[in-house]
Amino acid sequence: MAWTKNVLRVNLETGSCTTEPLNLAWAQDYLGQRGLATKYLVSEIDPKVDPFSPKNKLIFVTGPLTGTMAATGGRYSVVTKGPLTGAIACSNSGGYFGAELKFAGWDMVIFEGASPKPVYLLIQDGKAELVDAAHLWGKTVWETEEMLKRFHQDPQIRVAAIGRAGENRVLYAGIVNDLHRAAGRSGVGAVMGSKNLKAVAVRGTRTDAYTMADPEAFMRATEAGKQVLAANGVTGQGLPTYGTQVLMNVINELGALPTRNHRDIQFEGAQAISGEAMHTKRPTDGKANLVTNGACFGCTIACGRISRMDPSHFSIQDKPQYQGASGGVEYEAAWALGAANGVSDLETLTYANFLCNEDGFDPISFGATVGAAMELYELGLLTKEQVGFELPFGSTEAMVKLAELTARGEGFGKEIGLGSKRLCAKYGRPELSMTVKGQEFPAYDGRGLQGMGLAYATSNRGACHLRGYMVSPEVLGIPVKMEPQATEGKPAMLKAFQDLTAVVDSSGLCLFTTFAWGLSDIQPQIQAACEGDWSEERLLLVGERIWNLEREFNLAAGLTGKDDTLPPRLLKEPAKTGPQKGAVSKLPQMLPEYYRVRGWTPEGVPTAETRTRLGV
Amino acid sequence: MQKSLHLDPNKCTGCLQCEMACAWENYRSFTVAKSRIKVFTFHREGRFVPYTCTQCDEAWCMTACPVDAIRLDPETGAKIVLEPTCVGCKVCTIACPFGTINYVAQTGKVQKCDLCGGAPACAKACPTGAITYVDSDWTGFGKMRQWAGKTDTNPATV
Repeated sequence: MAWTKNVLRVNLETGSCTTEPLNLAWAQDYLGQRGLATKYLVSEIDPKVDPFSPKNKLIFVTGPLTGTMAATGGRYSVVTKGPLTGAIACSNSGGYFGAELKFAGWDMVIFEGASPKPVYLLIQDGKAELVDAAHLWGKTVWETEEMLKRFHQDPQIRVAAIGRAGENRVLYAGIVNDLHRAAGRSGVGAVMGSKNLKAVAVRGTRTDAYTMADPEAFMRATEAGKQVLAANGVTGQGLPTYGTQVLMNVINELGALPTRNHRDIQFEGAQAISGEAMHTKRPTDGKANLVTNGACFGCTIACGRISRMDPSHFSIQDKPQYQGASGGVEYEAAWALGAANGVSDLETLTYANFLCNEDGFDPISFGATVGAAMELYELGLLTKEQVGFELPFGSTEAMVKLAELTARGEGFGKEIGLGSKRLCAKYGRPELSMTVKGQEFPAYDGRGLQGMGLAYATSNRGACHLRGYMVSPEVLGIPVKMEPQATEGKPAMLKAFQDLTAVVDSSGLCLFTTFAWGLSDIQPQIQAACEGDWSEERLLLVGERIWNLEREFNLAAGLTGKDDTLPPRLLKEPAKTGPQKGAVSKLPQMLPEYYRVRGWTPEGVPTAETRTRLGV
Repeated sequence: MQKSLHLDPNKCTGCLQCEMACAWENYRSFTVAKSRIKVFTFHREGRFVPYTCTQCDEAWCMTACPVDAIRLDPETGAKIVLEPTCVGCKVCTIACPFGTINYVAQTGKVQKCDLCGGAPACAKACPTGAITYVDSDWTGFGKMRQWAGKTDTNPATV
């Protein structure tokens, strides 16, 4: 069976680690990973719980294809109630950690309660124990991983940890595994910090933990899938060469690149921070920012960026720890650390990105919050005295300082750690926060791409590009081309994308495969791995069920249809330049139709009929 | 014609498909801890390096084995471990200068790359061509070709 059928339940209050059988009936309804952990969470916590209360739970979860030869089959997710949004939080990561957890024999680890003192969880195959982490508290993710490997004399341990951002409850702190892969969004790392849990260290060597339902069919299906990825222009060429940064110039030219806290929709510095720029030799040292591309576990795409900074850059001159290669900027990070606040120095972006990895915080929410702070500063609502330094749009010095201060919770970094919603509210201009449900937008403007605007407004974890990637139809023409400003057909297309995405996020696969793979490529791989009948229709039903379960959780947590909205800037201030000039978001035209195709009431609540149909 | 595994770190992305393929070939499991080929990440250099047995002609492991459990496969040139004969003394793991023969606690025997009897699963699984299975006499062919391409074929005439 593709599931290990084992759940590890860790009570941080009492220190107990117990094994329980996976609820296989739920696995048939929710597949794994995102869906299955959401089902567990929803069944076990009060939706109204304070995310930082010991009563909130934190779940690390793999999918049935995690730790298999399916291309990209190495993903895991972290599911909890998020402190940034008060909604369901589910953050997905690659690297090698997820597969290792599976090899050790676990589908899922559920953390409950809070530890009275800092601890880490050590998993060695079937053996799990909480270990004192007093010596690790206050350390970065990078230091923590190195110390754990050295202490246990095992360089093959895989580590997922929080840095100081998680310890200090930066509201968008993430969990970083394998040094630079992250369950990055919605503050899952802050919840981990609130539980005094520093890290999960795992070594998995079991050969009998799980099996494929039909091994021969599985190898055939995964081989066919790999060929599709290799032959596709995006997954076979664009992503390995430029990473997701392949998009920077494309989105800018299309007029959908939010700039300076969404004041503008095109960035004059886009070229300088693009994927192409990462390949260009620097005049200073004659080397390119990009060293190589890198893959996560099992990934035949290899979009990861490995970068090395210019050692003479002002941010790292006396800091050898940043002069080696490490995880470089991908598109969302380059946008958030760059265009969102007008910074066009690739080296500054790379430095800030290193710090996001080193101390575990989300570059999207961080960069976007800095952008909001810069606007408040330019409006005179924040002063140099309050910040400690000047904070104009485009300041590389300010970006570097804030990246250093935020995780440590020092100076004005403490306020940046609150996220843009709380920051803007504090300084009297809540409407300047470019967020949905408290979470910052990623790198596409909802005025320039109407479908993305709808995707942001309706995402269950707040503004997010990974819940329904309408960029695919609106920019790339996948699976069909839809004009950016059109609204017709987009609610239905978005629903299809959201449901399919929920399936992919629950399988152990990476969403990026869907640039090339349709459900008909994914279905045979799931079918061959998993017991049961996994038709395409059933998988889409599973996706829809997951989406509705998340929605029900959010409604029970106190969110309503009124939260399915966008900031007034996107609804009222027309785009100033470019092909989308004059556009505002047409959300009000699309939202009622979206609710209809979802089978929800005009208030955005699933109807009794929908609930019955999905069994939620 | 004898063939050898040819490993090109410059093409490796660290995806570990090779390790899974090896574990699958020998254990019907994807658990990379059982793989006989390992990919090493040198993070600060941004390098991924696949590494496994080179099938030495005068193999230290074979010479050191006190029970003659490591034999030459004349078909492939691989040095293979005869599991029923191996007593798990681990002397070969000490003798090998490269660390590419290792003890397996689960079986009480040692294991090393055996070239999968002439169809190495790692090479088949590698998506980037970092691992190929080529003519043993011509492992330098690719590099030669690369340098040949740099030859000035239109030299200035005197």
